[in-house]
Amino acid sequence: MKKIRVFIIFGFLLLYSTTFYGQQVKLITVDQLQERIKKGKDSTYVVNFWATWCAPCIKELPHFEKLSQEHKSEKLAVLLISVDFKSKLNSAVVPFVKRKKIKNEVFLLNESNPQEYIDRIEPSWSGSIPATLLIRNEKRKFIESELTYEQLITEYKKL
Amino acid sequence: MKKYISIMLFLTAFLSQAQSKTLKAGEAAPDFKLINVDNKEVSFESYPKAKGFIVVFTCNTCPYAKAYEQRIIDLDKKFKPEGYPVIAINPNDPEASKADTFAKMQDLAKEKKYAFPYLFDKGQVVTDQYGAKHTPHLFVVSKSAKGTVVEYTGAIDNDPEGDKEVKTKYVEEVISALQKNQKPTITETKEIGCTVKRKAKV
Repeated sequence: MKKIRVFIIFGFLLLYSTTFYGQQVKLITVDQLQERIKKGKDSTYVVNFWATWCAPCIKELPHFEKLSQEHKSEKLAVLLISVDFKSKLNSAVVPFVKRKKIKNEVFLLNESNPQEYIDRIEPSWSGSIPATLLIRNEKRKFIESELTYEQLITEYKKL
Repeated sequence: MKKYISIMLFLTAFLSQAQSKTLKAGEAAPDFKLINVDNKEVSFESYPKAKGFIVVFTCNTCPYAKAYEQRIIDLDKKFKPEGYPVIAINPNDPEASKADTFAKMQDLAKEKKYAFPYLFDKGQVVTDQYGAKHTPHLFVVSKSAKGTVVEYTGAIDNDPEGDKEVKTKYVEEVISALQKNQKPTITETKEIGCTVKRKAKV
């Protein structure tokens, strides 16, 4: 019984903290992203590139929410990186994230030269979104298309 | 196990479909015969006097395509008289993207007074031949003794939002190099865009 109570309290705390956390949208450069991934040894990173104007991206966002919800016990970080224009941060991205109650970490890509940053993220990327990068240690998988939940989970498990 | 295999097969088919190679500078630019919004067929052969073409895969729906629409109209205005007309092709499947039907394309071309063809690519055949990945995705093509050749592929300029004071106008630079009989210095660029809409494979 005590265990359950601890579990519930812990669960609430977790829920609360992630809810709170998810309401913010921070700027991130490609360097900062790579730094973050390098630091988190043994973790799996699922990095999704999306935008508020991209309909297929919005359609697949719930899959990324579900992925992190269902794998809470695993070392998994889902990072949702918006490529919306920087000028849309407060007018589009922040309200969207609030409205959709997104719990994963959301960032806005703080880069201005696509010629340079697209290749630094992934040389094979043509620039279309949605695009998803899965990284665990030395393993990398880049997918430049919309994913169903089944496809996402398959790629996650296969990595 | 069976399920796993079928998922794998599905995924392989899915990914191989999504990865038709984008044509690069120096490669042959295949001619096509596609239906225009005025119901007439258009191909490279429709322009016997052209020196080349600005082939742009664009659509009704993508915010990036909309942001670039006026710049596409301006490219045609500037370069058609110089022998490089714009040919716009909508790469999206109309079932997958309801606002990209032929009728809606006709509406847009009329509303925006497109002075260039806006072609419907039934079955996404030309889209796959060129390996167009997103909208807008642009190819500069030149006519040579060997036929039509890709000179450049990528973005129109490096300023999608249209607010940079100093911008590089890639397409203009490519054409001005071609006009001087020079090879363009930049032949490939990358840009964020909306992925080409396809029917879900079952």
